[in-house]
Amino acid sequence: MFLVLRGKTFWITFFPKYILRIEAHSTLIVGWRMVTYPKLKVTLLTGRTIEQGVGKERGKTSQEYVESVSVCFIDPEDLKKLGIKEKTNVLVSTKYGSVVVKALKSLRGPHSGVIYIPYGPWANVIVDPETHSIGMPSLKGISAEIEPAPDKPLLSLEELLNEQFRKD
Amino acid sequence: MLVVKAVTCPVCGSLCDDIELTIQNGRIVKVKKGCAMCESKFLGYNGEHRVLKPLIRKNGKLVKTTVKEAVKRAAEILAEANYPILYGWSSTSCEAMRVGLELAEEVGGVIDNTSVICHGPSILSIQDVGIPSCTLGQIRHRADLVIYWGSDPWSAHPRHIERYTAFSQGRFENSAWRGYLTKLKASQVRKKIESAVRRVFLKEKPSVSVYIRRGPPPTILREGRKLVVIDVRRTRSAQMADYFIQVEPNKDYELLQAFRALIRDEELEVNEVAGVPVEYLEEVADVMIGCNFGILFFGLGLTMSSGKLRNIDAALSLIRDLNMRTKFAIMPMRGHFNVTGANTVFTWQSGYPYAVDFSLGYPRYNPGETSVVDVLLRKESDAALIIASDPVANFPRKAVEHLVKNPLIVIDPHMNATAQMADVVFPSTFVGIEASGTAYRMDHVPLPLKKVVEPPQGVLTDEEILRRILSEVKKMRKKKQGEITA
Repeated sequence: MFLVLRGKTFWITFFPKYILRIEAHSTLIVGWRMVTYPKLKVTLLTGRTIEQGVGKERGKTSQEYVESVSVCFIDPEDLKKLGIKEKTNVLVSTKYGSVVVKALKSLRGPHSGVIYIPYGPWANVIVDPETHSIGMPSLKGISAEIEPAPDKPLLSLEELLNEQFRKD
Repeated sequence: MLVVKAVTCPVCGSLCDDIELTIQNGRIVKVKKGCAMCESKFLGYNGEHRVLKPLIRKNGKLVKTTVKEAVKRAAEILAEANYPILYGWSSTSCEAMRVGLELAEEVGGVIDNTSVICHGPSILSIQDVGIPSCTLGQIRHRADLVIYWGSDPWSAHPRHIERYTAFSQGRFENSAWRGYLTKLKASQVRKKIESAVRRVFLKEKPSVSVYIRRGPPPTILREGRKLVVIDVRRTRSAQMADYFIQVEPNKDYELLQAFRALIRDEELEVNEVAGVPVEYLEEVADVMIGCNFGILFFGLGLTMSSGKLRNIDAALSLIRDLNMRTKFAIMPMRGHFNVTGANTVFTWQSGYPYAVDFSLGYPRYNPGETSVVDVLLRKESDAALIIASDPVANFPRKAVEHLVKNPLIVIDPHMNATAQMADVVFPSTFVGIEASGTAYRMDHVPLPLKKVVEPPQGVLTDEEILRRILSEVKKMRKKKQGEITA
């Protein structure tokens, strides 16, 4: 069982799919209800951000790089639909895999129904490897599903590589 | 304290060659005129992520070793492999690539550069349709309409707009910078008024002004430089633009073809294309026809989304059509600083720009078959040499799975995701900082890269490492052939 503090809301997780959400005001509990994670069908775009560019030049194992590519920019409206605030972990899944990234509010909106993950090891887990016989995988405009995952951890670069391609 | 002027920045395809570096005690302490990425590279390249000694995998762990030992192991891997991959190249000098091609021919492998996952489709299209292009200097001095399609130069080529296009002061065209500042101030004032009105009359919390899809402003018809951005997201570059067209994801092809029809004065029998009302497109088409010299820069928004090379076909054809009415050019926005150089060197050495297969003893080129992602997806390769690139961080997971299963050699100055999975890691010098060389700008202009500081002791250049591997491979193969004949 986890207890995740987020503003004035406590999330208590009993089992992966369902959570008990206790809404509290300061120390006073005003109500609680069982909620399921809402899922949203979106289009995934990957690309560059200036932070990713600066991070990659600093070093591919640097904190700046890792922090700049393990995020997902979501339209404020979609954040509302998911019922989450910024900096909550979200699980992005496609036909090709799923990965936990940190949700950030997109300032490049409105683009509801479109999410943006910078190029990097996290995005690679879920992009489409199909090259349509020309050598180029499909890295933009992939249909994906997104759901809040406040109880799932954001993996470090090493953990992610280990999880995806263990090398003994 | 030494100040080195006119240094070429080895980061993106813009290859700005006006950087000023201040050097103190053999270290770069100050960077002038560079962008955020340039400064990050020149000041941070020698950080804690630097590898200084060759590494070799023993019992599942990377341990330090000597250069000789690492060269021997790497040569063994390559000499024993039937179908090795030699991939990367775009962030190193042309001189190193030349040796790389010789190595690929010697080991009978497939050699590919990073353009395969960036502008590979553009190259295929250019081979089909042709490309009316020019140098960036022409654009700086003459272009009065600049269009960025599926590209965000503010993030990926931060000084592109300022140095070569809309905000540069050309001989025949003035910079649009002042107009941009005025627009920025006006929008700030508008936001303040809007939020004040909202607070007073509507009692709502002030929020960020929501962008509404609007038609082109009247200023788009004015004389002088104009910047138009077409993208799926309202990027930073889009915010700078005189007009921004937000296209729906994967619908660029429709929009390009719609423009082609409008430029030929044909009527469209729909209300909107790719989510953009046709009347707005008509106005933009008028602006395109009305300009003196237009340029379309396209980025990975076109090459990676649905349609891929066909999007570029349409873009190139659009420019061909436009050239019947006015003067227009087109240029791909190349990412790595020497990816254009990689295509050039590959072409003059083997005849083909990327995805060259030497397994039959002569160069063969068939993207989709000989391109690295496809080779990996079909699980055909049995070893890999990666240089100046990080495919584990940039390839789809399925392709990486096969790459890391087989022996992997990495040549890179920094520790990265690929090096972490490698069997042999060679530290190398940074070309453009610790080693000199040649690189090609995105408009195919070769520029010299300077050596401004000494490399750490014992760290070799990419070219030297490759030469040593090549000579070791040759020795091993000779020995093997001698054994067979004996």
